[in-house]
Amino acid sequence: MSLLRRAPALTLLVMLGPVFAGLAGTLLPAFGILPALGRVEPGLMPFSELAAWPGLPRAVALSLGTGLGATLLALALTVLICAGWQGTRSFRWLERALSPLLSVPHAAAAFGLAFLIAPSGWIARALAPLLGWERPPDLLILQDPWGLSLTAGLVVKEMPFLLLMTLAALPALRPGQSLATARSLGYGRSAGWLKTVFPRLYPQIRLPVYAVLAFSMSVVDVAMILGPNTPPTLAVQVLRWMNDPDLALRLRGAAGALLQLALTLAALGIWRLGEIAVARMGRAWIETGARGSHDAPVRALAIGAGALSALAILLGLVALGVWSVAAFWGFPAMLPDAFTAKSWMKQGPQLLAPAGDTALIALIATGVALALVLACLEAEHRFGLRPSARALWLLYLPLIVPQIAFLPGLQILALVSGIDGTLAAVIAAHVIFVLPYVFLSLADPYRGWDRRNALVGHALGASAARVFWRLRLPMLLRPVLTAAAVGCAVSVGQFLPTLLLGGGRVQTLTTEAVALASGGARRVIGVTALAQTAAAFLPFALALLVPALVWRNRKGLRHG
Amino acid sequence: MKSMLAAATLAATLAMPALADPDPTDWDAVTAEAEGQTVYWNAWGGSDVINDFIAWIGEQAAEQGVTLEHVKLTDTAEAVSRVLAEKSAGKDDGGGIDLIWINGENFASMKEGGLLFGPWAEALPNRALTDPENTALTADFTVPTEGMESPWGMAQLVFFHDSARLAEPPRSMSTLLAWAQANPGRFTFPQPPDFLGATFLKQALIEFSPDMMALEGPVEDADYEATTAPLWAFMDELTPNLWRQGRAYPQNGARLVQLMADNEIDIGFDFNPNAASNAIANGQLPDTVRSHVHEGGTLGNASFVAIPYNANAKAGAMVVADILLSPEAQARMADPEVWGLGTVLDVASLEPEQLLLFDRIEFGPATLKPEDLGETLPEPHPSWMVKLEEDWTARYGVAQ
Repeated sequence: MSLLRRAPALTLLVMLGPVFAGLAGTLLPAFGILPALGRVEPGLMPFSELAAWPGLPRAVALSLGTGLGATLLALALTVLICAGWQGTRSFRWLERALSPLLSVPHAAAAFGLAFLIAPSGWIARALAPLLGWERPPDLLILQDPWGLSLTAGLVVKEMPFLLLMTLAALPALRPGQSLATARSLGYGRSAGWLKTVFPRLYPQIRLPVYAVLAFSMSVVDVAMILGPNTPPTLAVQVLRWMNDPDLALRLRGAAGALLQLALTLAALGIWRLGEIAVARMGRAWIETGARGSHDAPVRALAIGAGALSALAILLGLVALGVWSVAAFWGFPAMLPDAFTAKSWMKQGPQLLAPAGDTALIALIATGVALALVLACLEAEHRFGLRPSARALWLLYLPLIVPQIAFLPGLQILALVSGIDGTLAAVIAAHVIFVLPYVFLSLADPYRGWDRRNALVGHALGASAARVFWRLRLPMLLRPVLTAAAVGCAVSVGQFLPTLLLGGGRVQTLTTEAVALASGGARRVIGVTALAQTAAAFLPFALALLVPALVWRNRKGLRHG
Repeated sequence: MKSMLAAATLAATLAMPALADPDPTDWDAVTAEAEGQTVYWNAWGGSDVINDFIAWIGEQAAEQGVTLEHVKLTDTAEAVSRVLAEKSAGKDDGGGIDLIWINGENFASMKEGGLLFGPWAEALPNRALTDPENTALTADFTVPTEGMESPWGMAQLVFFHDSARLAEPPRSMSTLLAWAQANPGRFTFPQPPDFLGATFLKQALIEFSPDMMALEGPVEDADYEATTAPLWAFMDELTPNLWRQGRAYPQNGARLVQLMADNEIDIGFDFNPNAASNAIANGQLPDTVRSHVHEGGTLGNASFVAIPYNANAKAGAMVVADILLSPEAQARMADPEVWGLGTVLDVASLEPEQLLLFDRIEFGPATLKPEDLGETLPEPHPSWMVKLEEDWTARYGVAQ
């Protein structure tokens, strides 16, 4: 019983301890201390070197611009789609199409998108006969200096996340009733939704939005594939310094990692100011009483953009699939000269061992996270603990602190303690990132469970533990499995934590995919990215299938 | 007394790993110790051709009781980082890396940082099959190897073009510039500090440099401005005529091959003389692609493997390095069907049955015969590469 009471504290320790320990490990080299290189004198050298790097202003501007732009666009799209289409059949279709896309790993989505929009990609190939292109046009579409393709890649991948977060928060707000009232007063669908539902919705999705902003600014793999490289974004440049043959550059890299952290905080500050400004303007707009009844163009734009995002990821996956079975495939052919299973025959067997480790790590990390989250929620329920807003912030901390800022420090820590290169170290690192997502997915359904069931149970003589095991958990089977699936998908997608704490000895589908991707061979990328996507998608399929099977004779429970 | 005892114990503990290190001159002891060891070989994992070859080496090692695990890197520097992190954490033995496929720049850096084990490489039994006079094996980017790393393949910069699109390729940097000006947007190079991109800069530097001797010493000792002025003049003219007007660059050599396949560029290059033949065999390039070199010769160097100072399985690592030098492995590596990297052995001095392994090799249509490869130019001192990368980045790498 007392153990259960301590569950929230234990959970925070497991999640935040490594983040702070890792940050401390980054702080020292940033101020010039790296004993392995004989640097023991503290100083500001790394920062002055960082400031002297000619690409700094552009790299910083790029990180800020792409991060803020991608977040703003993804949020605007999400809100407009919900405003214009919530409750319609098209909305349900889009919801169904977007949810699985959440499980597509970022790198795989980025590769797919890159092949679609490149000047030698599918779109250009489709246009080639019409425009008479025999060669791909020399256009700077991918890796453009403004980071537009990077922003687009982030938007299509983050929008499904925000949409699902919104969908989770919406039911409690009873948007149907608000909208019906607003429409009966003559408001258009979108305007009515924006004026009555959105102001109550935003506080519910604020933290996920912040997480998207922080992630977009510090993402490494997507930025390497779609982002510019003359110079790249700050996060990519920091990684380059950390990996430079000149070991002294690691000090500059550590300073850059701290700058990245400061930049993320600054962006969150800018966003917060933007929130206040939008709230003011929004209030004024609401008070005008404008009915906004002609919203057809906005609605069309929203659903069009939403469908386009879904299509981009799906077509990208198809492209990866075609590449994985392609023999020679030159420009401007729409399809390869011939198909061959060579790539799969060659790569497939080599992927089996990493696939096993991927599954093992994902299952254990998710299991640990799930147990901690359930213990927290059950403690909340039994002891009447109310999580404060601050506790929620703590939950989001691992998602907001840039990975590059604390993982290298964490690696040193693991080395000192001698657990590096083990599955345990990798699993512990995965738990840091899996936990917040599992908590976010499970908290609302868990708290929303009808307590009268428990009362009936107790009245019949069942203990609190028995109510938990025999009533609550089985009834919440579907949300628990969904949360587990989200956790597995997050674990499967982790690259930096696996690389740094696994010391290269723990290989997962993602580390294999990124290592092979460095060779740029599209066929191999196709095979590994599809395997990675399958690994992330499988748990989602199971989360749908298992409750349907277990509760095939309990109609009311099948849909959680 | 107590403190003296403590000091003695400490000294003994510190000396322990050094005492336990295998002695490469006692090869029987090395093979005995290696049996049952697992060797974690950190090597770039971006090429499935190379990965397959390493897997084959693993099968050979297994016959000697050594388990070889290929740790696939996206960048060799990851391994360097790791050894450094281990040193930071005071992990001076039982380290996570046993063998690294290393390049000249990283070798110079690790050797200077005291991060390497050795000397050991010149005591390997199969090392006797190489030519002791071959300077490509005794110096890596002019830095003496001194037995701290063992060679396993010869690479040379080779250009390739699609003969269906480009009948006669330019065979020098100055004709390449003229060709690029006439065909803007059809040539590019991987972005320095990528290894291959930096090699392109060095090749251009050598072709234009008035003073070859200056390149052999550290850059600080040379008149850098005067030596590199012609290079930057060339780059200033070339850059606006590059693919995407030089506003974006491919990340590495493999992307260059992909750009050739996508018909985005007409000339590519690689450090493996067989890259084009390999790509044809894999269906990545059309079979009309051919290789060519520049008239004054092209840069060449050897690939090496090194053992970190704190490696866990040093004996096993040496056994793997020795297998890499065996005629069977070398002939397999040189076969374009497998990989096609040049051998480091002195083929002329091999036994007849060993020679047969090499005579059997059939070169692909896009592979130049050894006699057509032309002269191999030596690498400049590594400090040149560092300075060139820095300067290139300041001039073209961050300026939009």
